[in-house]
Amino acid sequence: MSVTPETVRRIARLARIDTPEAALAPLAAELSAIIGWIEQLGEVDTDGVAPMTAVIPTHLAWRADVVSDGGIADAVLANAPDATSGFFAVPKVIE
Amino acid sequence: MTALTDLTLAAMRRGLAARDFSATELTAAHVAAVEANRHLNAFIVETPDIAADQARAADAALAAGTAGPLAGIPLGIKDLFCTKGVQTTAGSKILKGFIPPYESTVSGKLLADGAVMLGKLNMDEFAMGSSNETSAYGRVISPWKAQDGSNRELVPGGSSGGSSAAVSARLCAGATGTDTGGSIRQPAAFTGIAGIKPTYGRCSRWGVGAFASSLDQAGPMARTVEDCALLLTSMCGYDPKDSTSLDVPVPDFAAGLTGDLRGKRIGVPREYRLDGMDPTIAALWDQGLAWLRAAGAEIVDVSLPHTSYALPAYYIIAPAEASSNLARYDGVRYGQRVTPPGGNLGDMYAATRAAGFGAEVKRRIMIGTYVLSAGFYDAYYTQAQKVRALIARDFELAWQHCDLLLTPTAPSAAFAFGDKADPLAMYLNDVFTVPSSLAGLPAMSVPAGLSLDGLPLGLQIIGRPLDEALVLDAGLAIERAAGFTARPGLAG
Repeated sequence: MSVTPETVRRIARLARIDTPEAALAPLAAELSAIIGWIEQLGEVDTDGVAPMTAVIPTHLAWRADVVSDGGIADAVLANAPDATSGFFAVPKVIE
Repeated sequence: MTALTDLTLAAMRRGLAARDFSATELTAAHVAAVEANRHLNAFIVETPDIAADQARAADAALAAGTAGPLAGIPLGIKDLFCTKGVQTTAGSKILKGFIPPYESTVSGKLLADGAVMLGKLNMDEFAMGSSNETSAYGRVISPWKAQDGSNRELVPGGSSGGSSAAVSARLCAGATGTDTGGSIRQPAAFTGIAGIKPTYGRCSRWGVGAFASSLDQAGPMARTVEDCALLLTSMCGYDPKDSTSLDVPVPDFAAGLTGDLRGKRIGVPREYRLDGMDPTIAALWDQGLAWLRAAGAEIVDVSLPHTSYALPAYYIIAPAEASSNLARYDGVRYGQRVTPPGGNLGDMYAATRAAGFGAEVKRRIMIGTYVLSAGFYDAYYTQAQKVRALIARDFELAWQHCDLLLTPTAPSAAFAFGDKADPLAMYLNDVFTVPSSLAGLPAMSVPAGLSLDGLPLGLQIIGRPLDEALVLDAGLAIERAAGFTARPGLAG
């Protein structure tokens, strides 16, 4: 399937990546080539095959439902581009 | 006397134990080599002061008889591993300046065993690449040059290209790598060193930047099979902080090495013999089979019928997982932030990610977003997961006829920068490494020979789940038979 510049615009919006208008057509061509190549998977007969979710059979471990870490707010905030009064600060959300 | 930087990791251990040299001397020799080879751009951050402190501590432990198994061994750490107090960027601009307040489990285990950290190794951005050309901190240059009179600069492979270049150039005794679709094995092959990706779940993913979580595995890269075994023993182990970590015993891989393959069957997957295969690589593959036969193994033909679908399945699954994993880079909690004037929160996200991610990372996030989007999910993502199940089943059926598989590691020797500008051409370089990644199997590359113009070529050994020991034994058998002594030309 050919990916159109309009589709790239929609994907870029979903992926939250600002993409200039001039980049849409070149990206559409690149993605079309890649998607066209991976579409060969459609020819594989997968009737009755369960999708693989875990590559090595294992079970998820249980642990006691207790607090095991915490009290390190300063360390958590240390790399924030903007931290104020013990919180992550972001641009205004409510207009 | 052999230069200290030229010793194998095992020989360094013996020399330190015998007090032939101190950890401080060993570290100083490596720090000097790192400084003399900065043109390779293998390191993003050098940490000579940390290394000197760790070397002093190793000397004290060696004197007190309390030394760990890697006391005083100078290592490089791929920049995907979070290192407490030392910048960790995953090769991306979006993490420039990020100082982890914690240590990844794997690098922490190496340090707890006494290793010395020389610095953080350059890599393809978020491990997405096979040539190190996608790093935001500049490309890594291989220390190798083709003997074709061209003097062209060559890629060190990727994504663990800083690791491969540094180990090959004798800047460190060994290095950590990570492998999602071949990122340990292909760079090891390109630079004439060994590297092993263990079974998925052997090494904890905690504190390792996530690319494709169902595929990502850490592993060691070093100049010999025994050196890889020594590092692997330290790196493996159950970690409750990684939900897919395997709670199984870790053997002493180095102590168990024999190179004896008597009674073992080596499978040759016929689908890996591609049309138009480089005749030198085909001949080396045959030579490798002869070496393993000489070590006592029987050679059998096997079929992995879904092999040709591994790459397209991988290029759905890995970008899909990446698009989800990389959603965390939003300019809020860590890393770079770009806020357009008057912009709201959504504008900040989009501008931050546009400025922070490079072209290949954006491309893969977009592919992943596309294949996961409404209306396409079943046709692409679910189908890829089903094909992945078939690829894993191919291997399970092959294990009824053989104990190991032998294949080339890569379809070519190292190429020059810019030679694979088309993304698809780059993806195809992982044709031999991706299937075993999809199946979660242990796989290793060992240097086995040279191309016609003098560049290293590797052979890949693939094993059953959790059978790293046999993979390493076959690696040792090839290493002994190949007698690979070629080395790159070095500065300093």
